[in-house]
Amino acid sequence: MPNGVLILADVVDGAVAPITAELVGAARRLNAGPVNAMVLGSGVEGAAAQVAGVEKTYVVDSPALAEYTTDAYTQAAAAVAQQADPAIILLGQTNVGRDLAPALAFKLGTAVAMDTIALEMKDGKLHTTRPAYGGNARAVNSFATAPAIATVRPKSQDPAEGGAPGQVVKVDAALAEPRAKVTARNVATAEGVRLEDAEVVVSGGRGLGGPEGFQGIEELAHVLGGAVGCSRAVADLGWRPVAEQVGLTGKVVSPTLYVAVAISGASQHMAGCAGSKNIVAINKDPEANIFKAARFGVVGDFKTVLPAFIEAVKKVKAEG
Amino acid sequence: MHIVVCVKQVPDWDIPPASFKVDEAAKKVVPPPGVAPVPSQFDAIAVEAAMRIKDAGADAKVTIMSLGAATARDVIKHGLAMGGDEGVLLVDDAFNDLDSTGTATVLAAAIKKLGDVDLVLTGRQAVDWDLGVTGTLIAGMLDAPVVTFAKAVSVSDGTVTVERVLPDAFETVEATLPAVVTVSNELGEPRYPKLQQIMAAARKQVNQWGAADLGLDPASLQPRLTLERLFVPVVDTKVEIMEGDTPEEQAMALARRLKEAKLI
Repeated sequence: MPNGVLILADVVDGAVAPITAELVGAARRLNAGPVNAMVLGSGVEGAAAQVAGVEKTYVVDSPALAEYTTDAYTQAAAAVAQQADPAIILLGQTNVGRDLAPALAFKLGTAVAMDTIALEMKDGKLHTTRPAYGGNARAVNSFATAPAIATVRPKSQDPAEGGAPGQVVKVDAALAEPRAKVTARNVATAEGVRLEDAEVVVSGGRGLGGPEGFQGIEELAHVLGGAVGCSRAVADLGWRPVAEQVGLTGKVVSPTLYVAVAISGASQHMAGCAGSKNIVAINKDPEANIFKAARFGVVGDFKTVLPAFIEAVKKVKAEG
Repeated sequence: MHIVVCVKQVPDWDIPPASFKVDEAAKKVVPPPGVAPVPSQFDAIAVEAAMRIKDAGADAKVTIMSLGAATARDVIKHGLAMGGDEGVLLVDDAFNDLDSTGTATVLAAAIKKLGDVDLVLTGRQAVDWDLGVTGTLIAGMLDAPVVTFAKAVSVSDGTVTVERVLPDAFETVEATLPAVVTVSNELGEPRYPKLQQIMAAARKQVNQWGAADLGLDPASLQPRLTLERLFVPVVDTKVEIMEGDTPEEQAMALARRLKEAKLI
């Protein structure tokens, strides 16, 4: 009988990534039986011993898993699932999770709900809530097959606090040669704080008129100690790098302060920033959708408001 | 080579958020009056990816395939106008309200029926459900490799080369054909057909198949993922608009207010 929850722990550079504690927290709060973790990778046994708050941490450690590939990770995860026999499997909606989860669902003959933001048990069954229709709607789903698989949006769940590390259980998995091979990878060296981790984000939209319009955005971000974001239109136009795009198909951010300058607030953008604790909007259109989500706003032209705001912030900060 | 592009017809996604409405009892979206359904955004970009493969000189036949209501014929026509060669429309009462697995089952059966397909392209996610699952499921059912989130797709000598988008990186992936590739918006804007192409599209062949044509038992299409509820979340933030006669006054009011709220 499938029982309990299995979470995919994320190990980056030998350390357990924050999404792991969020998945453990969500899993434990389900009260759906034992919570176990799995770690997949190469040379990851040390990090696996640090996954806290779970009963067991299953490890598939193989050179074939040094880099993520759909095929090898699907086989490894399925091998763990076969041994652990969970009723629920949770992964982060991360670069790996969003590729792996559907493949794992197919392999296990079950369904997956992606990018979920709430999970609860009702009548003994998992119900997940997720954004749909570009963030305009919420869909609640249940599962007719087991295990129920869900990816969980980073920063949507409170992390588990403390808890003892799980007992490490090594799992052997037959890993065939992947059919899709990575032949090149180039990592954009991000300067400063990662957008997804930033406490403050200053974001600019197409209304800024061109890449020069972002000088003020960069300056405000610098003064506030935050990261620069942009709308999809801006990234598509090449004014800012794709890595700065906030939105449904860009980064999903949840800073304490999100300053949206000349951004209308289309739902695909809101899907990326609606998790912000406080949204400040500067826009010359009083009807702009962003004002429906913002806590504070200025109706005005960024050309005059933004430089004035930068000076005002400097002044107010200097006052101590 | 033979490329199939799967295109889904969805309610127009490019409407003001205030116009978005849901009938909770029916668990369906209610489009604004007079607003016609459209091709799902990333699927149109997948058609563009197919056209670029053709432009690059590949001797490729492109089939535009859509599973949906009878009106889905319009998204097939749009794909044909962009340069597709033939269409396949999959319509059946048994195909209403399928989940991703059911959808992939039907599409995979149709692709197998075509018989000689080398490459299947889909959008990275449909812009209604935003799940991003169907392309991978199709690949599983065809026992083919899948490469997701493509910003560029090229084919040569039985291999597909994909530039993938990662959050902070790009990677290049190669897979032998047959393969499935899901396409992301970073690939670029879909070409806009000229009137001449739209008219030519009307003369291109579109086959229509139902469950029986695909040898599918409707009972095999029972959903694994059930929709319990669809709703519009209530956003009850009341924005504080900063007062001021000049931008300087408004800006200072904002800075003071943020300091008061301990945000700066």
